[in-house]
Amino acid sequence: MTFDERLRNVSVIGAAGKMGSGISLLLAQEMAKQKLKPENKNVPYRLNLIDINEIALDGLMSYLRAQLTKAGEKTTVLLRDLYRDRENLVENYDIIAAFVDDAMSVLRLGTDLNMVKNSHMIFEAIVEDKNVKVDLLKKLDRLSDKDTVYFTNTSSIPIHVLNNEANLGGRIIGFHFYNPPAVQRLAELIAADRINPELKDMSLELAKRLRKTIVPANDIAGFIGNGHFLRDGLYAIREAKKLAPEYTLPGAIYIMNKVSQDLLIRPMGIFQLIDYVGVDVYQCISETVSGYIKGEDLKDDLLAKMVEKKVLGGQHADGSQKDGFLKYEKGRPAGVYGLDKGEYEMFDPEGWSGEIDKKLGAYPEGTIPWRKLLMDPKKNEKLSVYFKNLNASDSLGAKLAKAYLKNSKKIGEFLVETGVAKSADDVNSVLLNGFYHLYGPINDYI
Amino acid sequence: MKKLRKPVYAAAGYNTVSFGSGRREFHPKKPRPGLEEYISEAGKGVIAQINDVNNIDEGVIGNFMAARFNRQGNLPGFIPFIDPALEYRPCTRVEGACGSGGLALYTAIKTICSDLADVVLTMGVEVQNTVKAIYGADILAGAGHYKSQRKNGHAYFFPGQFSDRAGTCYEKFGYDYMRKGMAHWYARAVTNARKNPKAQEYHNRIEDLVAAGMTPPNPKVFCDHLNVYDCSKVSDGCSALIFASEEGLQKIGIDKKDAVEVVGFGQSQADVTRLPEDRTRLTTTRKSVEKAYEMSGLGPKELGVLEVHDCFTIGGLLHVEATGVVGYGEAAGFVAEGKTAIDGEMPTNATGGLVGFGHYTGGTGVRQAVDLLHQLTGKAGDCQVEIKSDRPYGMLISMGGNDRTVTAMIFRQAA
Repeated sequence: MTFDERLRNVSVIGAAGKMGSGISLLLAQEMAKQKLKPENKNVPYRLNLIDINEIALDGLMSYLRAQLTKAGEKTTVLLRDLYRDRENLVENYDIIAAFVDDAMSVLRLGTDLNMVKNSHMIFEAIVEDKNVKVDLLKKLDRLSDKDTVYFTNTSSIPIHVLNNEANLGGRIIGFHFYNPPAVQRLAELIAADRINPELKDMSLELAKRLRKTIVPANDIAGFIGNGHFLRDGLYAIREAKKLAPEYTLPGAIYIMNKVSQDLLIRPMGIFQLIDYVGVDVYQCISETVSGYIKGEDLKDDLLAKMVEKKVLGGQHADGSQKDGFLKYEKGRPAGVYGLDKGEYEMFDPEGWSGEIDKKLGAYPEGTIPWRKLLMDPKKNEKLSVYFKNLNASDSLGAKLAKAYLKNSKKIGEFLVETGVAKSADDVNSVLLNGFYHLYGPINDYI
Repeated sequence: MKKLRKPVYAAAGYNTVSFGSGRREFHPKKPRPGLEEYISEAGKGVIAQINDVNNIDEGVIGNFMAARFNRQGNLPGFIPFIDPALEYRPCTRVEGACGSGGLALYTAIKTICSDLADVVLTMGVEVQNTVKAIYGADILAGAGHYKSQRKNGHAYFFPGQFSDRAGTCYEKFGYDYMRKGMAHWYARAVTNARKNPKAQEYHNRIEDLVAAGMTPPNPKVFCDHLNVYDCSKVSDGCSALIFASEEGLQKIGIDKKDAVEVVGFGQSQADVTRLPEDRTRLTTTRKSVEKAYEMSGLGPKELGVLEVHDCFTIGGLLHVEATGVVGYGEAAGFVAEGKTAIDGEMPTNATGGLVGFGHYTGGTGVRQAVDLLHQLTGKAGDCQVEIKSDRPYGMLISMGGNDRTVTAMIFRQAA
């Protein structure tokens, strides 16, 4: 069966979730594009979008319609050509609406797993729990053809474990999209040892069609992305605990978040990133990876306490940020959670947070916000100047930032040494493309 | 060509900001002013410059597509909305696509000459940011012939039409020569707009404007022969001024030194169902210019400042050629040599033009008249051109569609 034949009937399980909805959108776009080709005029295309949450499926429908409309608006030049024979479609408005209708007609939404019956490609994006995933994969394999292949979006569970326990005979590969899948350019590809070789080629073709940059990672829990993120976050948590006696824990969390954003010139601070991913999801990654990696402490009780208090972060249905380690106002951090009191302490530039800012000291010359530097053609030049100044500074903020950068580099090198990544370039590529960092962790800046 | 049977003057001009992407305060998801606010601001801006609103006899408003951009018709009804004193005055809306503003000027002059009014409040408005640019392109395509041209037209219909013109010019005069001229047109437009706080490109901070203008076109996402810098942007705004007879000018208390006199004009209409026969020339524009020259007894050598309709950089170049200031195919070189700069041989679009100032389609012709009024009466601020005594005239060209509906008009300071 060719890749294009497989692409005629595809299923996504967990389709209404954060990752599943993005994967669904990417597939819907590609399948609609195939469907519109003249040679495929009478070929039925089906994208089965399955989720246990029926209400979330309604939301998925609206999300996909809105996103497909946006995609149509961006590709109208191409669409006018595709629809040139349809005399009744004259204005851009008519053509975009027809495209959205055609794309939506590919979709079948439901809660019933039996919908996968004729699918030859199945994407799994359900909860990050090995037993639940194995159970699902077993069920799917009973319901679908014996040559059906599986793409799992797991970000931490080794693929060989899923393959062996669900008895899939090498028909599963790790295709780890980054959040949000429709926007992030990166996908990590994780092939287990005894994988069907065709599946690897299929994945590369898929990445090309979905316009993703592939970075191969070895089948070691956490892979490259979460391998770095998990350790990077734990470092911040532990540093915060060390600073807590002097600055209180909320104060220390404020410090580490600020340092990791402003002085590392990252898109967001580390605690904001944990909130974005979800404190519970982050803890789940920590538990999962800990289960497979021995001799390294990859858990922290602060996470468990936060989850116990149900302070979880993540996103509201409209995409806005929920409160976690930090409290958000208009999408920006405005306070920090105090575990003892069970409430947020709001930032106070005239009071406690202003005092901390003073102690952190002046920022080195050349400090530029990430957003400003992102599109700057002289980005690398400016980063070099900035890091030179950071190295020369001995303010508290600079010291913490330098230690943070050294640790981040150490994590990157560890991932290469332990064979998770093939090279420093692969580690850097994941952080650049999947986390939108401006520079890779393995660098000579510090 | 008939001469004007009596002098007609223009005065008390007002432009709103040309609002849209590029302005720092613009955010597509935040609420913006609508037709009401723009018309009111510009109207009140004019009224504030005359002695008594009750002296306005009539109103005329140019607009292209409010019915689709704003779901609003009956625009004459917004003139009494500006000031209750204008209730029950005769008011008219005129439409000729992006040349609607020019038609408003033309209509006001005819009204004065008919002796039915001495003071005409003349306006032009368009509020286009109500829809995304890709749907705005559908609406603006109405300036061409829907039935015969839209289906096979480009997604961005008018950029597509002028891209075809650019492509033919590349073949005839060479890509490098034309592209350089177009890039310099863009750079000049933004340089001038940066001196004009009301211009859409006032906040433009691109360092190397010519390099941006030289960007090769990308047909996959846009047009075959134009890049985005070649195009005027989507704009909201309104312009207004007074047209008056000699008596009218006295009645509203405007000194002649603060007014300009209309010395000639020409309006020409081409068949909207047809496409231009020669893409390298603006023949309808040329016809209007010839009429204006004939009425005024002037020629290009007497002109000291130009306001041309550069909805696209290529259009700007072809307009300069249509004025006769340079010969056929010569504008690209003329512009690249800096001769259209504020202190150049023929200052052109000194406030930014459509590419730099912005292009609220149905209002642009009126905006051009306001800017010429300011230039010729020495009130153009940082954009001021030195008006020399041997070349005291300014000409505007307002164009609708692909060289279909064109008004050319020549002014000089009244005293």
